[in-house]
Amino acid sequence: MVAQLTRTERQGAILIGLVVAICGFLLGVVGRDDPIAIHGALIFAAGILTIFLIGKDYYAPEPSDERFASYYDDPTKAGIVLAMVWVVFGLAVGDWAAWQLVNPNLTFGSGWSSFGRIRPVHTTAVIFGFGGNGLIATSLYVLQRTSRARLPDQLSPWFVLLGYNLFCVLAVTGYMMGITQSKEYAETEWYADIWLVVVWVVYFLIYLRTLARRKEPHIYVANWYYMAFILVVAMLHIVNNLAVPVSIGHAKSYTLYSGVQDAMIQWWYGHNAVAFFLTAGFLGMMYYFLPMRAGRPIFSYRLSIISFWGITFFYMWAGSHHLHYTALPHWVQTLGMTFSLMLLIPSWASAGNALLTLNGAWDKVRDDATLRFMMVAAVFYGLTTFEGSFMAIRAVNSLSHYTDWTVGHVHAGALGWVAMITFGSIYALVPWVWKCKSMYSAKLVEAHFWLAVAGTLIYVFAMWNSGIIQGLMWRTYSESGTLTYSFVDSLIAMHPYYVARSIGGLLFLIGGCIGAYNIWMTIKLPKPISETTADLPEKVTGGVSPQPAE
Amino acid sequence: MSVEHDFLVGFSKSFGLFYLLALSAAVLVYAYWPSNKKRFDSAAQSILRDEDKPWP
Repeated sequence: MVAQLTRTERQGAILIGLVVAICGFLLGVVGRDDPIAIHGALIFAAGILTIFLIGKDYYAPEPSDERFASYYDDPTKAGIVLAMVWVVFGLAVGDWAAWQLVNPNLTFGSGWSSFGRIRPVHTTAVIFGFGGNGLIATSLYVLQRTSRARLPDQLSPWFVLLGYNLFCVLAVTGYMMGITQSKEYAETEWYADIWLVVVWVVYFLIYLRTLARRKEPHIYVANWYYMAFILVVAMLHIVNNLAVPVSIGHAKSYTLYSGVQDAMIQWWYGHNAVAFFLTAGFLGMMYYFLPMRAGRPIFSYRLSIISFWGITFFYMWAGSHHLHYTALPHWVQTLGMTFSLMLLIPSWASAGNALLTLNGAWDKVRDDATLRFMMVAAVFYGLTTFEGSFMAIRAVNSLSHYTDWTVGHVHAGALGWVAMITFGSIYALVPWVWKCKSMYSAKLVEAHFWLAVAGTLIYVFAMWNSGIIQGLMWRTYSESGTLTYSFVDSLIAMHPYYVARSIGGLLFLIGGCIGAYNIWMTIKLPKPISETTADLPEKVTGGVSPQPAE
Repeated sequence: MSVEHDFLVGFSKSFGLFYLLALSAAVLVYAYWPSNKKRFDSAAQSILRDEDKPWP
């Protein structure tokens, strides 16, 4: 890794390590009476580790100018590995949390292992750890191919990837220590938030700098989705996390907003995190990897443009559907509901576009589990966006809100759409970047596919049943006008579904472990002696130029 | 405060409606403008080219 950096970049990396270490040291010293000190130590260690890693090979020869003749994929490779590590960890913690709902005693007795703390560990690990690393890894790959230009330098992609993972580690360790600002999907405290802003701006600059150097005049639609993801997530993250820390030495901070304004800002953030992190970014993935894997262009490029602008215009206004029947003004609730319904148009345009691309290539879908991952993802994307629009209707929401139906909906999207499209893209990408003919085992991809589908279906059906029963029990009145069921009655009715959900999650976790093993074995496959820099190795004859040292 | 609330409601019901309609129309016109078709078709095809090197 260090050998690929130029001398100036190595100096830059050492400087970054130094600044990070100093910040961590100061945080540790000033906050020595607060849990923030542990994070200070962690940040300090990350900075020192960087300096040592660079220093060890500081005098290694600089990379030759031949590197400009090939794309820079090593950050992508590292991102794939990190994504798979995070997914195994995140799914395992998620399934643990699910079993805690079956049996609340499944903790280690201390605070860190309680449901309230491991639940955000699960969501952060799967959304930001797995999803985020998958997005960074694939976006850097797609950006270079579609621009026909190499990344602008070697240092900034590593800064983004490793800096982002430092943020994820700060997040999950913080939750276990009880550091949280209690905003869903934005639980991290101020110092981690500031760090993410720095990382994210550099990420966006990589995109702009590469596009500025592009040789292909047209900016392919996948890049628009990826850029919307980066830009809007930056905006959401900054606005929702505006807060004043108690002091520089305390992890705790207080948000600038209060009351219903705070709730509205939070769900403007929360729903757009779904829109631009969990949807736009992964649509970028879909619009590149699905046509590539199927070997045919996207069914309608025009439709992809209309979907893109539809999603960017409409999603911004949909967040208030999370606050039906609250102190939020009625017209704002109606606004959110209306835009949620309109969202069905661009969402189904994308889902239909994906499926129509496969129309005429169903034999490939039948034979190729990787392509089937992407196909199922598109189906679940269509299903979940329909369900989401439906649930945003105020009257439907009165039944579904606060019940397991919401949990089922989220997991139909997260497991069925986000994870499936990511696994499909990663299975397509791994042989391309590691220059092998195919994955280590096609059978294991097949096994992963069926475990993932079975796990998702069991999970979602369990939560649909559970949620609707829960919602109905909560609103059933007796003849005398009192509630028929106590809360505990509904809790007991949930029990079998919670067992089923945990089993569904377990199947999905086993699938994820198989995937991680298969990818690792593919990386370890012996490489042909004359490595080529070509995209599809089976079609290339003879070595052209050697890969840069890894 | 009631003035601000009324103003906001009025603003979103008038300007908000029209600028979103205008943006939607602009996107539809752009996507379906006949002379853009060739560009979009070649963009859809462009990723499938069998090569894996930056262009010089």
